[in-house]
Parts: sequence; C-alpha cells; structure tokens
Amino acid sequence: MWHIIQTSTPQLLEAGFKYTIPIAIVSFIIGLIIALFTALIRLSAKRGAFLVLKAIFRFYVWLFRSTPLLVQLFIVYFGLPYLKIKGIFPNGIQLNPVVAGIITFSLNTGAYCSETIRASILSIPEGQWEAAYSIGMTKSVVLRRIILPQAIRISLPPLANSFISLVKDTSLAASITIVEMFEVSQQIAAQNYQPLIMYSLVAVYYAVFCTVLTWLQGYLEKVTSRYVTTTR
Amino acid sequence: MLKLENVTKTFGNHKALKDVSTTFPENKTTVIVGPSGSGKSTLLRSLNFLERPESGHYYFDDLDIDLSKPVSSQTILNIRRHTEMVFQGYNLFPHLSVIKNVMEGPVQVLHQAKSKAHDQAALLLAKVGLAEKADVYPAQLSGGQAQRVAIARSLAMHPEYIFLDEPTSALDPELELEVLKVLLQIAKEKQSMIIVTHNLAFARQVADKIIFVEDGQILFDGSEHDFFATDNKRILDFISAMTFSDLEDD
Repeated sequence: MWHIIQTSTPQLLEAGFKYTIPIAIVSFIIGLIIALFTALIRLSAKRGAFLVLKAIFRFYVWLFRSTPLLVQLFIVYFGLPYLKIKGIFPNGIQLNPVVAGIITFSLNTGAYCSETIRASILSIPEGQWEAAYSIGMTKSVVLRRIILPQAIRISLPPLANSFISLVKDTSLAASITIVEMFEVSQQIAAQNYQPLIMYSLVAVYYAVFCTVLTWLQGYLEKVTSRYVTTTR
Repeated sequence: MLKLENVTKTFGNHKALKDVSTTFPENKTTVIVGPSGSGKSTLLRSLNFLERPESGHYYFDDLDIDLSKPVSSQTILNIRRHTEMVFQGYNLFPHLSVIKNVMEGPVQVLHQAKSKAHDQAALLLAKVGLAEKADVYPAQLSGGQAQRVAIARSLAMHPEYIFLDEPTSALDPELELEVLKVLLQIAKEKQSMIIVTHNLAFARQVADKIIFVEDGQILFDGSEHDFFATDNKRILDFISAMTFSDLEDD
C-alpha cells in the first residue's frame, strides 16, 4: 500500500496544483465579484427600468441555486456547442473545458455568495447608514468606507464555507474532461485496481487543502474582528 | 438661519408633524422638549432629511425648498455637509479607531489631507477630554466617552448646525454629566445647536430658545426664560413631571 501511495502522490498533487486549486481560486474570485455586484443591484432602492435589472439578477440567483452544478457543467460544456445562432455563433459556442469549468463554477458560487453578501449588508444597523449620511457621504462612499468593511467580517464564515465547498465541487470537472485531482485518481485506480486506496488517498488530499483553507479562515476572522471585543 | 414653514410628516396613518413652523436661530442653542412620541425626534431628523416631510417649506441660508416637490440628492448632500447629527445610540463606526472616526468626514467628504485631518481630530479629542483614547476602538469606550467622540466627530466637519437627538438618554447620570459639560462648553462657543432632550435641568442651563412639542404640534416656541415662567397648565404639568428629582440647585 505504501508503494501505491508513494507512486501516485506526485501525480495527484500535480493535478491538484495545476487544476483543482487554480480553478477553485479563479472561480471564487470571479464569483465574489459577481456576488457583490448581484447583491448591490438586488439591494438597490432604485425604481423604473432598474426593476427589470433586479428581476434578471433575481432570476439568475434562482436558476443557479435551483439546478444541480453537474447539470450546469454539462449544459455549458456539452450543450452550448449546439447553440447555433446565425451571424453570432454559426458553429455554436465551443469552450475549452477549463474555461467552461471556470465560467460555471464562477456563476454558481456567485449566486450563492450574493445571498451571503446581501444578508451581511442588511445586518449592519440602520444607524451606521444614518451616521454616515449625516456626515454628508454619498451612498457609494457609505458602502465602501462604512458598510462593506463591517459586512465583510460578518460574511467571512459563510463565504469560507462556499469556498471550501467549491474546492471539493471542482471534482465534478472530471466529468467535462478536465484532468483534475479526482480524474487522476480514477485513472490510476483503473490501472492498479485499488479503488479503495486511491479514492481514500484523494479524499485525504482534498481534506488537506480544505484544512489549510480553514486555517486561513481563522486568521482572516481574527484580522477582521480586531475591533470587536467579546467575552466569549 | 434654519427655518421650517407648515411642515407635515405622516407615517402611515399617524401624523407625526402637523403644520409645524419655527425658526432655529444661528449661534444659539435651541432645545426641543416634549413627551415621548410627540414628534420631536421626527422634527429634528427632518432637518437633515433622515426623515422626509411631505409638505411645507424648508429654508436654510439662501436655500428655499418646497417639500411637496422632489428634492435633489445634491441638495440633500449639500445640507448634510453643513449640518451634523449626534444620535442617542452614538452610531460610531465600530471598525475605525476613535481618531479615524473623527477624521472620516473631513477626509472622505471634505477631501482634507490625512495629516491635517489627523491634527484637527487630535485637537478635538483633547477638547472633549479623550486625547488618550485616540487609538482605541469604539467598543472599548464607555457610553459617555462614545458620545463625546460622536460630538468631536460632528465638530470636525465645522457644521453650521449640530442636531443632537436625545444625546444622553442612554447614559447614567455620571456619564451624562461628562457629555453635558462638553455640550455647555460648545454652546458657549456660539456653535448653533438643536437639542432634543428630556433633561430639563440641562435645558434650562443651555437653551437660548425652547420648543415644546406635543402630538406633532408646537405648543410653545420662545425663550428659555418664558418657558419656565409659563402659566400654561399643560407645560407646567410637563415640567413638574420631568423635574420630580430636581437637579437644578447645584
């Protein structure tokens, strides 16, 4: 068994560092940008044509939270090549699997995280808005200087949850031909007929990655909470 | 000069302000008193548009605003840059140190250089007796200290008017005294202030003018002397109810 672990570890870690981790990090960063944008639009009090925009973003969040991630990956990678529109996409939309993966993971994470960010902004007391407005700040300055810095602290644990989920969900990318860590473990298991060892081993490496992220979360929570005094 | 004319404000079916007209003189302290739910906080919060009255006129220096028409956000921003609000619950920014709370407006709104804003903030904190607290976070302050920081934060903007909404209602008498001393000092320096308070002993000391509000209407609008010398039965009852523990012989 030791021999199997020794020989397969370099291949698994190579796939992990080449695909699993970069895909997770890039998707999460794009997802967060989408999430912040979505949350701010949905929280806006603007009326008129803006209501249509709000409805579109509400639909987006609903769509990505109500359908399985695996199905979303299949639609983007296997389905879009058949979306043939004359003049724009005469040959359908053919995406490199990594690009398809990052698009899908970003949109999926963005939908979930937008709800986290929206709730954390709503949790900041009304008095903070009133005090900032009374000083003469515009809404965008209030958000940037007063509300979001406090909302980040509150949203950190649930956002870390989403990131950790995403790291593990990248294993679904195996199904759209990306040779990430889980795909490599499947390939090795097919050769050495040791599925128990191989899948347990890859589980351990996912757990190691996620443990590092948990530590990072703890550190960030400490940094962002330095202004809070608690007796807990 | 700040002036209201026939201002009304309703919340659903409740008329919070009924046809209110009054003036708030410059370089003077106006105190608004009245029972709970009388509309005095609504009156104060209407002055910087935290509440939006639906009719009447609002005059501020050479601004003449018809409240029954839409008011541009630029106009509201302009009013807020020349007035400041101090809240019952302090509403300090918890993620910023005490001195950064005081610097925030000058730097972000008035676009002052950080070093200049810092020097001014240090002076203001010394003025309210909190120079040594500059680098702590608001969570480490007592209520009285937090409210004095909030006062320093408002002074940092050099406002034409400071509005104070029950600034000491959340404080025990000892902490209240710390805050009242600071306010008396500021009043002596001719800062225009409008204070909503339940503390009539303090009102007597600080007020140049008193407005008594009940049920969304102004029942009395005059000098501090005339208020306490009134023979209006309702106001006499109010004064005796509020001063059952008479604090004025100090």
